Amino acid sequence: MNGMDWIVPVVMTVITASTPLVFAALGELVTEKSGVLNLGVEGMMLVGAVSAFAVASSTGSGSLGIIAGAVAGAMMAAVFGWLTLNLLANQVATGLALTIFGVGFSALIGSGFVGFAIEPLPKLDVPGLSEIPLIGPLVFGQDFLVYLSFAAVFAVAWFLKHSHGGMVLRAVGESHESAHAIGYNVIGIRYLATMFGGAMSGLGGAYLSLSYTPMWAENMTSGRGWIALALVVFATWRPGRLILGAYMFGGITILQLNAQGLGLDVPSQLMSMLPYLATIVVLVLISRDQTKIRLSAPASLGQPFRPAH
Amino acid sequence: MIRLEPRQQHSQAMIYLSPIIAIILTLISGLVIFSLFGKNPVTALYTFFVMPLTTVYSLTELLVKATPLILIGVGLSIGFRANVWNIGAEGQLTLGAIFGGGLAIWFHDSESIFLLPAMIIFGAVGGMLYGAIPAFLRTRYGVNEILTSLMLTYVATLLLSFLVTGPWRDPGGYNFPESRTFSEAGMMPIILEESRLHFGSILALFAVIGGWVLMGKSLIGFQLKVVGLAPSAAKHVGFIENKLIWFSLLVGGGLAGIAGVSEVAGPIGQLLPSVSPGYGFTAIIVAFLGRLHPVGVVFAGLVMALTYIGGETAQIEIGTPAAVTGLFQGILLFFLLASDVLTSYRVRFGKPQAARGGAS
Repeated sequence: MNGMDWIVPVVMTVITASTPLVFAALGELVTEKSGVLNLGVEGMMLVGAVSAFAVASSTGSGSLGIIAGAVAGAMMAAVFGWLTLNLLANQVATGLALTIFGVGFSALIGSGFVGFAIEPLPKLDVPGLSEIPLIGPLVFGQDFLVYLSFAAVFAVAWFLKHSHGGMVLRAVGESHESAHAIGYNVIGIRYLATMFGGAMSGLGGAYLSLSYTPMWAENMTSGRGWIALALVVFATWRPGRLILGAYMFGGITILQLNAQGLGLDVPSQLMSMLPYLATIVVLVLISRDQTKIRLSAPASLGQPFRPAH
Repeated sequence: MIRLEPRQQHSQAMIYLSPIIAIILTLISGLVIFSLFGKNPVTALYTFFVMPLTTVYSLTELLVKATPLILIGVGLSIGFRANVWNIGAEGQLTLGAIFGGGLAIWFHDSESIFLLPAMIIFGAVGGMLYGAIPAFLRTRYGVNEILTSLMLTYVATLLLSFLVTGPWRDPGGYNFPESRTFSEAGMMPIILEESRLHFGSILALFAVIGGWVLMGKSLIGFQLKVVGLAPSAAKHVGFIENKLIWFSLLVGGGLAGIAGVSEVAGPIGQLLPSVSPGYGFTAIIVAFLGRLHPVGVVFAGLVMALTYIGGETAQIEIGTPAAVTGLFQGILLFFLLASDVLTSYRVRFGKPQAARGGAS
């Protein structure tokens, strides 16, 4: 058994590195399924991270922090929704604006919290079960948000595939004209999907600042929001593939952190390039099959909708 | 009830009014933000946006900061017209700094008058090569250039950090992560005594004129406009689309690369782990605020440069956090996108009128 001791800590760190990606990418998947392309994931994650940290460190409550992160992300998404859904602003440009704004806004709120430390979110600890070798700490020793991320993947997968609401959401994303003609409230549904995406991005950010590295630092998401956007394409808009992709990226991040330990003498900056280069490689691999992308992407993705009557 | 009613054609007046509306709304929200920080809003706004304009030195600093923004903004506005979303200008700037700066480090004892021109060319080539990667991946494999150009920005920053902490670290620099300082021959000449205003501003001026001629007089300028206005038409002539993707990313990358050289051979004078406070991202706002027109980009570049200098001034004078700059930039872009709605739509109050003559 002793030879396997390294497995538990490595898998534990892979889980922590993957969880923020699962949240953010899953939220964006739902947003995109409704036909809205929100490139502001990075900005929403940052504002979620700083709000969660600010609330958790002021109140001492991790749960309030989590709620604050989700609410802040949803509020950011609502601003995006107002600009793109009501005012019909270009979705690409507005998404970029959301990220630029989020970087500045989070840095401003966070300027009073740099250097603060908080207790990381508590790990679930089931007496007896958590002591089982291997499985114990992996299955029963995570914090609340990790379990929530898995539950969310299953819930979203079920919702999209089997529920009436999921069918309506997909219809709106495929053809807003037909959905509108049938009588669905296209703009209202897109608002909900966009704000759900924002809340999930906020949770991803909250996980970073409350659990992954329990602190606030400017730009602490370091591109995870953009990687999450790439993951949605990689997953061809399917939750099951999305969680696989997120864990693959989590693994790459950990590989990079542990390279020195494995005896690889590569400068740390070059190793840190790995997740970004991997994102490009993955996008190339998936984009080579353009037919598949075209068939899986929601047909109205990124198209503005103005009801004719 | 408030409705949006499409205009028959884009309102020319609103195209130019919209940036002004956005700036005014940003200033008004500035009053609110500064009040929230417990500052006297009028004093704070004055310190941020007016005080930097009151001395000759700070006016020259405005031009120093506007230089990279205008260089990059001209390049980006070309691409944005054709819906080519190069958002990796920050990375292309960094590669320009590495290529041009690398030459200066290699020939650090050179006094040749050819060093600086060679650095500028190298910088442009570095930026173009870096822009060529997303162009190739988009045209060959259909990979979205937004994500690739942005991922490459992170890679470029890490590459620069690796170079200045490793192979290019100054041998006499007490292990600080910075390169040796460039020789006199590798520096942009100062064009105004007692200031940091340098030759890079002249390069920016050339870029503006070049961009203006390109947009107004050339075939490719015409094609860029057509593709931007009618993307579906461009789909039918795929080869033009690919040509414009290459053109946009090469020109955008090249100009960002020149901006990178102009920074390291201008105000900085050596390679550091970070050579830009996000000029590549701010230039996105510059391009939109400048109405994707080279002349507009000049004004927009000056406005955005003011947010940098105003942020610094306010930090020193009244102690606001440095991050206020980024906040103002983001808010300005939001207001701009919101007021741009008025270029293609009219705001109407009340219930829609009955459809006239078959138009529904």
